[in-house]
Amino acid sequence: MVARNGRVLFSTVIALLIAGPPFLTSYWVGLLTQMMIFAILAMSLDILLGYTGLPSLGHAGVFGVAAYTVAVLSTAQHFGFWTCVIGGLLLGTLLSAAFGLLVSHVRDVYFLMITLALGLVLWGVSYRWIPVTGGDNGVSGIPRLEAHAGLPVSGPIPFYYVTLCVFVVCAALMGLVVSSPFGLTLKGIRENESRMKSLGVNTWLHCYLSYVTAGVFASVSGVAWAYYNGFVSPTYLDLTASSELFLMVTLGGPGTLVGPVVGAAAIVLLKNVISAYTQRWLLILGSVYIVTILAAPDGLWNLGVFAHAFGHHREE
Amino acid sequence: MTYLITQTLNGLFSAALLFLLASGLTLVFGVMRIVNIAHGSFYMLGVYIASTIVGRTKSLWLGALVAFILVASVGLLVQRLFLRQFASRPLAQMMMTMGAALLFRDAAFLIWGGDPFTLAYPSALGGSVAAGDVVFPAYRLFVILVAGIVAAALWAIDAGTLVGAKLRAAVDDSEMAGAMGIDVGRLSGLVFAVGAGLAAFGGVMSGPIVGGYPGMDFDLLPLAFVVVIIGGMGSLKGALVGSVVVGMIDNFGKALVPELSYFTLFAPMVIVLALKPTGLYGRA
Repeated sequence: MVARNGRVLFSTVIALLIAGPPFLTSYWVGLLTQMMIFAILAMSLDILLGYTGLPSLGHAGVFGVAAYTVAVLSTAQHFGFWTCVIGGLLLGTLLSAAFGLLVSHVRDVYFLMITLALGLVLWGVSYRWIPVTGGDNGVSGIPRLEAHAGLPVSGPIPFYYVTLCVFVVCAALMGLVVSSPFGLTLKGIRENESRMKSLGVNTWLHCYLSYVTAGVFASVSGVAWAYYNGFVSPTYLDLTASSELFLMVTLGGPGTLVGPVVGAAAIVLLKNVISAYTQRWLLILGSVYIVTILAAPDGLWNLGVFAHAFGHHREE
Repeated sequence: MTYLITQTLNGLFSAALLFLLASGLTLVFGVMRIVNIAHGSFYMLGVYIASTIVGRTKSLWLGALVAFILVASVGLLVQRLFLRQFASRPLAQMMMTMGAALLFRDAAFLIWGGDPFTLAYPSALGGSVAAGDVVFPAYRLFVILVAGIVAAALWAIDAGTLVGAKLRAAVDDSEMAGAMGIDVGRLSGLVFAVGAGLAAFGGVMSGPIVGGYPGMDFDLLPLAFVVVIIGGMGSLKGALVGSVVVGMIDNFGKALVPELSYFTLFAPMVIVLALKPTGLYGRA
């Protein structure tokens, strides 16, 4: 009964996402697109944070590197669509493969601190490597996805549907990852690493692969964001961005894939709607952090109410 | 040669500011295992509070004193109200400090506005010191000296007093220290408050040169974290060595390859992490 409620809810949401946009204004279509892009990013962070128990505070860095790659390749170098997409994915992935070597042996707060520093170094490079990244001004003039890919249609709605496809594919792939034996091992490491070790699991390798997997999906999100926004700047990979991402996952519910989607949607919505009415966005965001930790430290999706209503609960 | 000496002195000046920031950060981390993102906010609050005091009284010293006391009290409040109840939950604490950092940033903007400013030099230190060909601003030399004194004082407290002994015990193993009858909760409050105060003091010291501007709270924070990682989390000696290393590298990096100035920090961090993951003087 409870599980069926969940299925009905999901089918409804998917049906609305497919059928809804033609009836919405372009503002809301854009907002939904943003939500899905950040949902991919938040889910990718959750593979690390919620499933493996590795709190990365530099995840926006990977996202940013992929976005910058698309930006630089498509504007300064005038490369074609697929070169830009593959270039962004590849560089983001290679970067996480390299960073993963530096962080996969540390845990807990040390992981937090070192990923924080690595993320900030990336931010610093984007900020100071002016000949390539344009410094504070960022890179603008990224072509529209529809035009760049040579699609016969253009506008926010086609872009929305492209993002929806990417989102569904990524969510499905991440769902496969976390429910595979590999994903179960990650959860095992989260719960008790020494026990997993004594069972013969190479925990270093699993943490490394988890880091790289998260990096791949973060790169997907970064590429999509570059095309959506048409502009990248250092603010997308600074500490505030990384911790906002952290908030999306924590607010939504770490250790579930639905949670980060809820969290990403909530934060994107808050950010866009509230900044239209007030200058005090930081004050509100800061309060959201504090209230989240005080009131829903396991996230909205893991609150009793939701769990009972929809039959989903963080698997212990 | 002149260039080299001047740049070295500039590097030491950065190191002095970094040490004032990183010493608190590393001790807070050592005792409480908190990644304190609000630490940069204390640095920022310091210079903003001092701007009000210096504006009224023209005295940088009074500004530094008031900033130290006020910000240390703010630090104590943050620790008591928001952090103590989340002891041994590092993620919750990190999120709390992040929330606090955003609140402080907006509060500073509301109170002091968004215009950048610098503090007035103290009248005695406005000139420069010349030794042979090398001419160097007296104030920068003075800040290096002050940071040296602070480092010596912290070292003396750490190595020679009962509080220091308790502190070292708590950094090594806070649970065991608690079992030995050391009031780790009170010690944490003290360390957090003094760390916040030192950051504010560092902010005031940088005031005549760097000044205050929106966003300064997250500007020096990356460097301070790199210092703590290189030096070893929880180690004062590490913070000192790390500050000098990072201050020098950052300064020479900015002078020689300005485009990659942050990237030059990356190399030493990677080398240290690869060879000794706990940092130069940190313990696992």
